[in-house]
Amino acid sequence: MNTDISIKIFNLTKSFGNITAVNNLNLGIKKGELFGLVGPDGAGKTTIMRLLTATMMPSSGEAWVAGNSILSEGEKIKEKIGYMSQKFGLYEDLTVMENIIFYADLYEVPQKERPQRIERLLGFSNLTPFKDRLAGRLSGGMKQKLGLACALIHTPEVLFLDEPTNGVDPVSRRDFWKILYDLLKEGVTIFVSTAYLDEAERCTRICLMHKGKILMDDNPAAIKRSLGMPMVEMWSDDARNAIEIIKGIDGVQSVSLYGNKLHVAISRSELVDDIIINLSRSGIVIRGHREILPSIEDIFISQVEGQ
Amino acid sequence: MKFIRVKAIAKKELIQIWRDPLSLAMAFLMPVMLLFIFGYAITLDVNNLKTVVYDLDKSSLSRELVDSFRASGNFEVVGNIHEQKEIDSYLDSGKAFVVISIPKDFSEKLKTGRDTSLQVIVDGSDSNTATIALGYISAITDMYSQRIKGVRITPLIDPRVRVWYNPELKSRNFIIPGLIAVIMAVITALLTSLTIAREWERGTMEQLISTPVKVPELILGKLIPYFFIGFIDVIFSVLLAVFLFEVPLRGSPLLLMLLSSIFLFGGLSLGILISIVAKSQLVASQISMIATFLPAFLLSGFMYSISNMPKALQIFTLAIPSRYFVTMLKGIFLKGSTLKLLLFETMLLSAFGLFVFAVANKKFRKKVI
Repeated sequence: MNTDISIKIFNLTKSFGNITAVNNLNLGIKKGELFGLVGPDGAGKTTIMRLLTATMMPSSGEAWVAGNSILSEGEKIKEKIGYMSQKFGLYEDLTVMENIIFYADLYEVPQKERPQRIERLLGFSNLTPFKDRLAGRLSGGMKQKLGLACALIHTPEVLFLDEPTNGVDPVSRRDFWKILYDLLKEGVTIFVSTAYLDEAERCTRICLMHKGKILMDDNPAAIKRSLGMPMVEMWSDDARNAIEIIKGIDGVQSVSLYGNKLHVAISRSELVDDIIINLSRSGIVIRGHREILPSIEDIFISQVEGQ
Repeated sequence: MKFIRVKAIAKKELIQIWRDPLSLAMAFLMPVMLLFIFGYAITLDVNNLKTVVYDLDKSSLSRELVDSFRASGNFEVVGNIHEQKEIDSYLDSGKAFVVISIPKDFSEKLKTGRDTSLQVIVDGSDSNTATIALGYISAITDMYSQRIKGVRITPLIDPRVRVWYNPELKSRNFIIPGLIAVIMAVITALLTSLTIAREWERGTMEQLISTPVKVPELILGKLIPYFFIGFIDVIFSVLLAVFLFEVPLRGSPLLLMLLSSIFLFGGLSLGILISIVAKSQLVASQISMIATFLPAFLLSGFMYSISNMPKALQIFTLAIPSRYFVTMLKGIFLKGSTLKLLLFETMLLSAFGLFVFAVANKKFRKKVI
């Protein structure tokens, strides 16, 4: 196997009864990538995380993480990875320090390396003043940073983060991503899932996922260019009612609503005039429009609607 | 197996128990309270049976008879009645358990050396107590008639019965040691039945199974703190038995602690196994109550002698660990039994513990589903 590859996924499938959460997935992730798995709730993100962290067995297919098979070498994988589950997985009735030492013990971090590592982890997560506070009394953002600190105590090769910034305030989110960039410089492969599409743009590579399948897989800039058709932003006081009318027009790929703004993907630029005329017939006034570079969210919506 | 990981889990578990008042109370107060309540509530001795007297004779002889009932300590005269119909109301309402009815010509017949009769009515709705009361009644009247006749009839066979191990036949002496076994059976399973299920419910298990921790390390680490709690509970219970309930401890306290340890290991492992299978705290605690309390109470030989049970049920009791612990505790307390005498129980109890521990290890998978 290529030594540059950190995670290799081959025909991976996981079904729960009639529902296929992960459908015949194939992926290769290089060492040092900040890989973002993006998709709505129920897309199968958590299932992939669990399969790759060897905490769930696939229905079929195979994957290798840090050179070990998820089918036969799950316990070896667990020594090399750090994982932060979606739900806060640390002990709320233990202090910050007690949680960190507990995980240091489980990963057999040598005693003499501990003071230095713990100091560093507490430092970059700004948890030093709270080290004796019960984890249950931390704010949402601090809890996530503590989770990250515990997942990093043994300096893993691959870090799996399942929606780490879910329910975290914007400032803490920015701090959190800063920490991830620092880790990336140290050569750690980071596999992160998120439902926040704006956040996904911070990744070096994005995989759009929907209903267990990958819709797109590229770097953020390439994904934004991939629409292959113009995207127009339109303002209207009656934007909500405009959606259905616009959707019915030939050549419109997708429409999405942002307050009183509409993002419309169209097959050719001239279609804008058709749309405005059509809307005015229904008494809806467009107060202005301009061509824009689509966001990841626009791409995602156009992809899902195009299905 | 890595000691550092076992220690980490044990330490974490201990901190959690220590910071949760509810688990602390369950661990330390519940067994003592149960022993206290059941120890006083369950008694098979028949003392101070409420008795009313319907004395139509009203002579010194009839009063003497009533006095001998009273003096035995088994009967407490709570009233005298003067009409036949009052008997019903006393027995119906439960105000009396025994009615002694002395006929009008009682003293006259006795004085003239003729046979006379005495009517004694006993409430048979509690047949156990009634049977015991009947024994007392015939003993008291026999002694009384011999005294009146002024002769001692020597029967052909004079059985000299000696009751070993519990010469005073105090039911408390055999109930309390058995009760300790029943309570510990329930407590041990209940304590550990929550530990694994709680981690699944709170979401901490998903994090834990993503680490390299091994299953035996996890299970052993979780057992250790509860083992010490169980050990302290046993010491408390034995102290209560000896000093509060005055049950004689004739055997070696050291042997008692050793055998209790074996029992604790099995009981705690059973709780863990239930917790692994149930995955929910509510279900786990209910299963462990049913799986331990009923067999320990009914089939362990604590209340009902195993030799009186149908053959099939007798065989079934071999699979009930509290059966061995009841025998051990009764033996050590009352008979001063040694390890040699309890070898069969010790071996089966050890086998039970190891088996359940092994099954728990096998059942636990480090997977979400």
